[in-house]
Amino acid sequence: MTDWQWLLIDFFQALAAGLLVGGTYGLMCVGLGIIFGVMRVVNFAHGDFMMLGMYVAYYLVTGFGVLVFLGPYVGPVVGAALAGPVVYVIGWLLHKYLISRVTGARVISAEAEGHYAQIILTLGIALVLANGGLILFGSTPLSVQTPLSRESWEIGLIFFNQARAVGFVMAILCAIGLYLFLTRTNLGKALRAAADNPIAAAYVGIDVDRSHRIAFGLGVGITAIAGGLFAMSQSFQPYIGFDFVIVMYAGVVLGGMGSILGAFWGGLTIGLVQQMSTLVLPYQLQNTAIFVVFLIIIFFRPQGMFGRVWERT
Amino acid sequence: MAGKRRAFMEQYALITIFAVVYLVIGFLVRNSYYQLMMTLVLIWGTMGLGWNVLSGYSGMISFGHAAFFGLGAYTVTIAFVKFGITPWLGIPLGVLVGVIAGVLIGIPTFRLRGHYFALSMLAYPLAMLYVFEWLGYQEVSLPMKRENPIAYMQFTDQRAYMVISMIVMVACMIISLHVECSRFGRSLLAIKQNQPAAEAAGINTTRWKMYAMMLSAGIAAAAGGLYAIILLVVTPQTVFGALVSAQALIVALFGGVGIFWGPVVGSAILIPLAETLHAELGHILPGIQGVVYGLAIIVIILVAPDGIYWKVRDRIMARRTPAKVGAQPRLAEQISIAADAAPESRPAFGQTILQLDGVSRSFGGLKAVDDVTLSVPQGIIYGIIGPNGAGKTTLFNVLNGFLAADKGSMRFAGTEISGLKPHEVCACGVGRTFQVVRSFPRMTVLENVVIGAFVGSKTDDEAEPLAYEALERVGLADQQAHALAGALTTKQLRLMELARALAPRPKLLLLDETLAGLGHDELEDILPIIRQVNRESVTIVIIEHTMHAMVKLADHFSVLDHGRLIASGTPADVVRNPAVIEAYLGKKWMHRAKDQVA
Repeated sequence: MTDWQWLLIDFFQALAAGLLVGGTYGLMCVGLGIIFGVMRVVNFAHGDFMMLGMYVAYYLVTGFGVLVFLGPYVGPVVGAALAGPVVYVIGWLLHKYLISRVTGARVISAEAEGHYAQIILTLGIALVLANGGLILFGSTPLSVQTPLSRESWEIGLIFFNQARAVGFVMAILCAIGLYLFLTRTNLGKALRAAADNPIAAAYVGIDVDRSHRIAFGLGVGITAIAGGLFAMSQSFQPYIGFDFVIVMYAGVVLGGMGSILGAFWGGLTIGLVQQMSTLVLPYQLQNTAIFVVFLIIIFFRPQGMFGRVWERT
Repeated sequence: MAGKRRAFMEQYALITIFAVVYLVIGFLVRNSYYQLMMTLVLIWGTMGLGWNVLSGYSGMISFGHAAFFGLGAYTVTIAFVKFGITPWLGIPLGVLVGVIAGVLIGIPTFRLRGHYFALSMLAYPLAMLYVFEWLGYQEVSLPMKRENPIAYMQFTDQRAYMVISMIVMVACMIISLHVECSRFGRSLLAIKQNQPAAEAAGINTTRWKMYAMMLSAGIAAAAGGLYAIILLVVTPQTVFGALVSAQALIVALFGGVGIFWGPVVGSAILIPLAETLHAELGHILPGIQGVVYGLAIIVIILVAPDGIYWKVRDRIMARRTPAKVGAQPRLAEQISIAADAAPESRPAFGQTILQLDGVSRSFGGLKAVDDVTLSVPQGIIYGIIGPNGAGKTTLFNVLNGFLAADKGSMRFAGTEISGLKPHEVCACGVGRTFQVVRSFPRMTVLENVVIGAFVGSKTDDEAEPLAYEALERVGLADQQAHALAGALTTKQLRLMELARALAPRPKLLLLDETLAGLGHDELEDILPIIRQVNRESVTIVIIEHTMHAMVKLADHFSVLDHGRLIASGTPADVVRNPAVIEAYLGKKWMHRAKDQVA
């Protein structure tokens, strides 16, 4: 084969890897997007909820082996899916007892003043989760054991890592499920209404606090599922959250802050950028590439694709 | 001004006492571990001060101060290791690098607001982190200099570092104190509380934010440089990591936002707490300091959301002055007696002061302001009326520079003002108020008005008399001047906003629905004040959508509907104009209204 054919193969290989990773990133971003879209809260702790999802999946599948009976293929996927409800409950409780104290309709209209409290509170939660994770789980990097991560499907000359491909398909299914939930059910519509205009939503009788609680639980739950899926092909430790919160925010901003499904495309783009950058940049600079693309897009379209910039005087 | 000087002396004394007591304790401590901890308190205090200058004062929250910290640390380290430059020069060099980085980061990033600003700031240090790793600076140590170590800032006695750090931190505290008490700090505070109002009051927000960024970055870089000197090893994670930015933000938020004592207090409490826990329990519970750290800030945010300093201060203030802000009928009466002359008996107006020619502005397909031409003679009260959504506020926003006109020219007193920024329009002599009062709620009434006076005064000392004069003109000078703006009634807020616009002695005032939402009695209080201001040679353009108050006030009416000027003339003529009646009431009612008028 000639040089440029190799180049082409490299290109498609990176494209495939980008798509597979991007699907999981997309799902993570959707989780964050729900929270930001509905609550307008910058959730610093989001990466740490993903970390919790990873550990829940790990303990179900590998640690305690509860799901061993499902076999090495189905078990990890079910484990990831179960991480969702577990983390949903944690998020729901945290919102009820902590986060609702600094969010809600009265804070949304406030300018910078209200955000200090939210940022420091979620930062506090992030520190507690990450360091509490260190105490509980230890600092040894772990991963969910599955033969999938070592095997690939080969289509043409392109390799698809099985663990990532399964994660990708699951992520897409989750995103579609969420889309149906948001567009077809009354609860989903209420959430979207609260996202669009919390004050108007309150006027038409939507309980904004309850919507927020559900949105927060749902947001962290979705991201936990994504984390569980990702744990099949990536090793992790309790501090992984901080790295990922940035990747997730990059995706959410790309998709347009406040647009829940835009976040999926944002996350997918981040995955593509990260993997494609390895074609031209050294491996260590993958994440730098993400930030540079993030900055470029934020400067040219700061409102994202669906955000609003109109401000009344 | 004597009061201000005394306040300065008081703060200087407090800073000196703090520094001396701290150093005495530091010198008594024999354990080098505790000495290191006490030095780290000062470094993180300095870092928090840096963060506070930008984010605490201006409200633009930065998640990325690690960028400057890291650049400071790496500049010192690389200068030392590669070029043999002593840290005595390396730290100032690092500050310079930090300031330059501040400018380069500020130029693009200040275009963003709120969350977007915060998040893009987060991206810079992380991008740098990977770049420095890739460049091969994973772990750089500063070599020991055996001969002449002092020339390379290397001391056997830990306490020397404590003294150096203290000098740096005290310098930053004093700089912060002066920022807080000057036009610089006041402007940043105004930006934090209400950016559009600050712009309309003549504050060049871009310039002040850039200065804040430069100062803030420089201080953070100095902290980073000291950190490198003391720990002797620099890794990208420890100086560019997200935890560095977080720590800057935490010490400032914990101690108190927007006040230089805040980061110092926050650092003095949190750093020893975290370090001690780590030392005592770290081997059993490896993340214990982080957990307690996190819990501490969760508790503080629920109990004292602005930080310890403000909580304590609010307690003391509440005990000292039972705030009482009441209505003040006496003054309003006086003014209404002075201003009982009806608008009919007015002299002829002077030459044109404001001339609009074919001004248009659209949003997508919507023509919010469509080919508006009008001329406002000097000394007039010029009313612009129109139904909701007619484009009145958009017209004002175009006039004072919030929005650019798509077409047309606007001349004020012979100068073209289209294309100018809001603060430049303000500096030309055009003041404005807002439909929804845009106050700076946590400042006193006088401070609110002082912000407006800056544009009309060269030195900060001139601004206060100007502000006082403006408050007298609207009748708020006596009792309300030192009340917090957040505690005022709607009427008082309107008057305060009027005073803020009047403070730089403008020639033209744009009043945006100043009368909206006021009751009949309140209206009777405000109308004479506006008339009095007008009589003192201030031309007034006022927007309203209700006619009844305007008929009493305005000398001339122009009517906007769907962005177009549909009528113009004396109030009596305009209210009989069929096109105007149609715009207000719709076609169906037009005939009936016509019959009644006839």
